[in-house]
Amino acid sequence: MRISVRYFAMLRERRGAPSEVVVVAPGATVGSLYADLFPEPRPRVGFVVRGEVAPADAPLADGDEVLFLPPVGGG
Amino acid sequence: MYQLVDGALDRGAIEAAVTTPEHGAVLVFVGVTRDHFEGRRVVRLSYEAWDEGAITEMRRIGSEIEQRWPGARVAMAHRIGDVPPGEASVVIAVGTAHRAACYEASRYGIEQLKARVPIWKKELYEDGASWKENLPS
Repeated sequence: MRISVRYFAMLRERRGAPSEVVVVAPGATVGSLYADLFPEPRPRVGFVVRGEVAPADAPLADGDEVLFLPPVGGG
Repeated sequence: MYQLVDGALDRGAIEAAVTTPEHGAVLVFVGVTRDHFEGRRVVRLSYEAWDEGAITEMRRIGSEIEQRWPGARVAMAHRIGDVPPGEASVVIAVGTAHRAACYEASRYGIEQLKARVPIWKKELYEDGASWKENLPS
């Protein structure tokens, strides 16, 4: 399955790009993808799948867009 | 009016968006970038956003304010990109019929924005940089 992923802030810096397309095995969840991409995961990162906030166990489907949202710092 | 702006914020326009003859109280909250953090000099701040998500969440906060304080008007703008110390990074204007609701709604607006809106801030010092997380108020 091909998943397009968008990164922000320190996650973007760590991956070295604001977005990329990754290939994951069937059965992957947004949480398992995050753990694969970030072996030392930060706590309190939010997940968005297909434009909606999603829990870590949300399943992924081919063509999904995923966003990883670090703790916010606006204001 | 809900905006992300790569450049100086127009306080006058944001205030004007909530000012009508029905709104006897108008408050404009301005968040200004600080030039220090724990003794280190901040030379620049850099903001980035998930644009669609940030606008959606700001609208949602505005709707909550309009429900909790009926008749209230809200406008919010947040800066993205590089901001030198001493400049406005966020402006929230609230207009209500009377002042008590206005103070409450204004406070609600900035607290919710800092807690929920997907915007990130990097502080750059003379000798390094760090991403800042907002703590629960």
